[in-house]
Amino acid sequence: MTHTPWLSLMTFLPLVGVALLALLPKGDNERTAAFSRWIALGLSCLVLVIALCALRAFDPAQAGFQFVEKRSWIPSLGLSYHLGVDGISLWFVVLSALLSPIAILSGFAVKQRVRSFMAALLLLETMMIGAFCAQDFFLFYIFFEGVLIPMFLIIGVWGGDKRIYAAMKFFLYTFLGSVLMLVAILAMIQQAGTSDMSQLAGHKFPLQMACLLWIGFFASFAVKTPMWPFHTWLPYAHVEAPTAGSVILAGVLLKLGGYGFIRICLQMLPDASAFFAPLVVGLSLVAIVYTSLVALAQTDMKKLIAYSSVAHMGYVTLGLFSGTREGLEGAMMVMLSHGLVAAALFLCVGVLYERLHTREIARFTGVADVMPRYAGAMMAFTLASVGLPGTSGFIGEFLSMQGAWLYDGRVAAVAALGVILGAAYMLWLYRRVFFGSPVRQDVQAMQDITLREGAMLVPLLVLVVFIGLYPTAVRSVYQKSLEKVGLPTIQVAEVKP
Amino acid sequence: MISFAMIYPEALIAAAAMILLLWSAFRGEKAVREVGAAAFAVIIGATVLLMRQSGKELLFHDMFVVSDFTRLAKGLILAASGAALLFAPGYSIKGREPLKPEYFVLILLATLGMMLMVSAHDLIALYMGLELQNLALYVLVSIRRDEPKASEAGLKYFTLGALSSALLLFGLSLIYGFAGSTSYEAIADVLARTKGIHYGLSAGLGFVLAGMAFKISAAPFHMWTPDVYEGSSTPITAFLSAAPKIAAFGLMIGFLGGPFGSSLSVWSSGLIAVSILSMFWGSLGGLPQTDVKRLMGYSAIANMGTILIGLVVLDVKSVLVYLAVYALGTLGVLGGVTLMRRGGAPVQSIRDLSGLSQTHPVLAFVLAAFLFSLVGVPPLAGFFGKFYVLMAAVSAGKAWLAVIGVLASVIAAAYYLRLIKIMYFDEPKGLPLDPVSGKISSVAVGLLAVATTGFVLCPAPLIEAADRAAKSLLLP
Repeated sequence: MTHTPWLSLMTFLPLVGVALLALLPKGDNERTAAFSRWIALGLSCLVLVIALCALRAFDPAQAGFQFVEKRSWIPSLGLSYHLGVDGISLWFVVLSALLSPIAILSGFAVKQRVRSFMAALLLLETMMIGAFCAQDFFLFYIFFEGVLIPMFLIIGVWGGDKRIYAAMKFFLYTFLGSVLMLVAILAMIQQAGTSDMSQLAGHKFPLQMACLLWIGFFASFAVKTPMWPFHTWLPYAHVEAPTAGSVILAGVLLKLGGYGFIRICLQMLPDASAFFAPLVVGLSLVAIVYTSLVALAQTDMKKLIAYSSVAHMGYVTLGLFSGTREGLEGAMMVMLSHGLVAAALFLCVGVLYERLHTREIARFTGVADVMPRYAGAMMAFTLASVGLPGTSGFIGEFLSMQGAWLYDGRVAAVAALGVILGAAYMLWLYRRVFFGSPVRQDVQAMQDITLREGAMLVPLLVLVVFIGLYPTAVRSVYQKSLEKVGLPTIQVAEVKP
Repeated sequence: MISFAMIYPEALIAAAAMILLLWSAFRGEKAVREVGAAAFAVIIGATVLLMRQSGKELLFHDMFVVSDFTRLAKGLILAASGAALLFAPGYSIKGREPLKPEYFVLILLATLGMMLMVSAHDLIALYMGLELQNLALYVLVSIRRDEPKASEAGLKYFTLGALSSALLLFGLSLIYGFAGSTSYEAIADVLARTKGIHYGLSAGLGFVLAGMAFKISAAPFHMWTPDVYEGSSTPITAFLSAAPKIAAFGLMIGFLGGPFGSSLSVWSSGLIAVSILSMFWGSLGGLPQTDVKRLMGYSAIANMGTILIGLVVLDVKSVLVYLAVYALGTLGVLGGVTLMRRGGAPVQSIRDLSGLSQTHPVLAFVLAAFLFSLVGVPPLAGFFGKFYVLMAAVSAGKAWLAVIGVLASVIAAAYYLRLIKIMYFDEPKGLPLDPVSGKISSVAVGLLAVATTGFVLCPAPLIEAADRAAKSLLLP
């Protein structure tokens, strides 16, 4: 193969950044901090440019993997360094490449140990992009799990008051899920004799074994996504993480779970997925309704948005396991849209937090009066989160509900309840924070968004509206690849004794 | 015709140990530096001689076996001993009894014992190697005579070690009594001729396993580990934590995989119980620790339990890979502890690590790398060990054991993470630690850190060597 190694470049450019940061002269003075910020931002923008080039060069008419790179790595076990993207993973790569510079830009507000912070964010970018590109199961696991280290440090070092509890809970919870997945991966490699993910997708596992494997993967992805009742780490992680960490966590890391469900559970273990679909649909419904109710009761903005993320992920899993084409597409769209919208909402909360150092909803009233531009942006993202037609949130939620309807009318009815609740908690949040008149002095003194904050929010705003008005642009890229994914419809599979 | 090239490494170490012993007797304590340098050179020389060997051979009336397997195990032992030698400067403390040349001689003798253990092909040779190692280690643990904790550790280690040696020897004599020979081949013949295993032989095997479990500090024979780890000076703890474990596993693979390979079902169930118990005991016991070295003792117990998973399914490759990456991690952490001083005195309490990332960023970073490696998070080296051991369990149809193993590893992750939390998330407390001085030790720790983080780039050499080693054994 002689083409440009786009994927390796994207994966490892941020690592080059980490090396550069390590080479900067010692000390944590202002100059080193400024250098680190701009190096990190520059490299992540470069990655974004490469990602966009790759998106241009990608041929959506093909369903298979493109930009494939393959090198032998541990020959005795048949493991290889094998990267490739199809229409599904390409979008996640682009999403990671887009959110990383935005997160880094929001990380400019961090004042302590700037160099290490930027290095951690870059390391995180490498791991995320690597995980979406990996075509070898072993490599996938390395990247998937490697995410834990930088994220653990980001929450623990630069987080809020209860950061230590949050970081530990985040690490141990996800680690428990992923080691169970590791056993499942090993059993799969052992059974099929290959660690190549696309070959594994064609391998048929006996149903009994497939079900056990499925449980192993489910343990990991259900924690990562997160699904109710495995979501309890998420509110803590989000609340305590610095804004940049929350952006990446909500924007990309949660999607690793959904991506895993598509790539592994649905593609490799379709029968087991069909077998367990009612369970997943049930949990998704609980997630949608229950976490929406929990979100209603929150007094902390970040926690509210964190719970709304769990609810949105409920639509993703509902769509994925509804066994319909519409549900699958809906899940894909919800993930992409949520990646943009949740990231933006966390950025918006970060804007307020940087000004008043609190996220208490009750502390704010009448922000719209003092920060009109900010209020406008937040309105757009709130409506996108609620799923207003014309925003990216609508397409996904609609398709996902359609999938649920085709699966079972009652399921759709319950899920629709979640949509109403979603509108309720988001709009109520908006009313409490933005409307009314600014009573408190410190609220009155707040400045509208700065250029840096605008630079983070405007691209997201444009994309949210663009995708909402013209979803085909996104759809055309992943459509062919998504058609290849088997639907978890109940078939009478033979159980061999 | 014996080809002596096969025992050159051992011969070199034996001769050098004796010459250096005499040398230091004549020169007195002035000789520390030159003996230390010479001992390191001997380790390097032995490694070079080892690498020049090839092929498989039985020597000295089938008492001594050399193969790809013994070569890799010995190579790992030599590397671990070399690292422990480089940590030696961490031993000296101002105003205390200075480092004595015997330190290096004893390490050489212990290393020699370990190499003999790995190559043992006869019950007598097995015991000789083991005791040579043990005696040297007993002295090393209590070499700091003016330190009550070291004497206590030495005494505990010696008393319990002697007991376990007695058990082991009793087991060996039972095996000899019922098989009629001390030779591995003859024992294998007896086992092949009889249907099932004679109760006398299985009783002997049980005693031997109990004795070996003590040597590798597997539960329920682990009681000495935290005390000895805490009491010995840190370079010795580092040595204890890596090299003897590799040797003991080398011996167990040779012994269990050789004559008793056909009666796998007899001993594997017992070892599985020991393995599970060790993993949980080591993981839970480490949680409340306040001393880094004690904590590493519990970590050793847990890790030994994990390696036993590889042993009970007789997957030699996974055992070797795990041992190698575990040695990297534990040598690294303990080597890092040798670099920590406050006012010239060594510190080893977990509290002393607080805020290390702000006062000593590089040291904190390498320690974090070792700890994450011990947790088994990719892309660090420790992950590969876990990967191969779990793979071995899954391939042998023991996926349930793999699941138990990973569950225990999550518990153990909590205490490694606690160390990282204290280094990175907490603010510095109390007097700051001294700036890192010891150049040689820092270089050694740095090399271990490079190996731990860079392993992912080029894992093939070790894994292929382990593969060849496993094939050279031709287990049943």
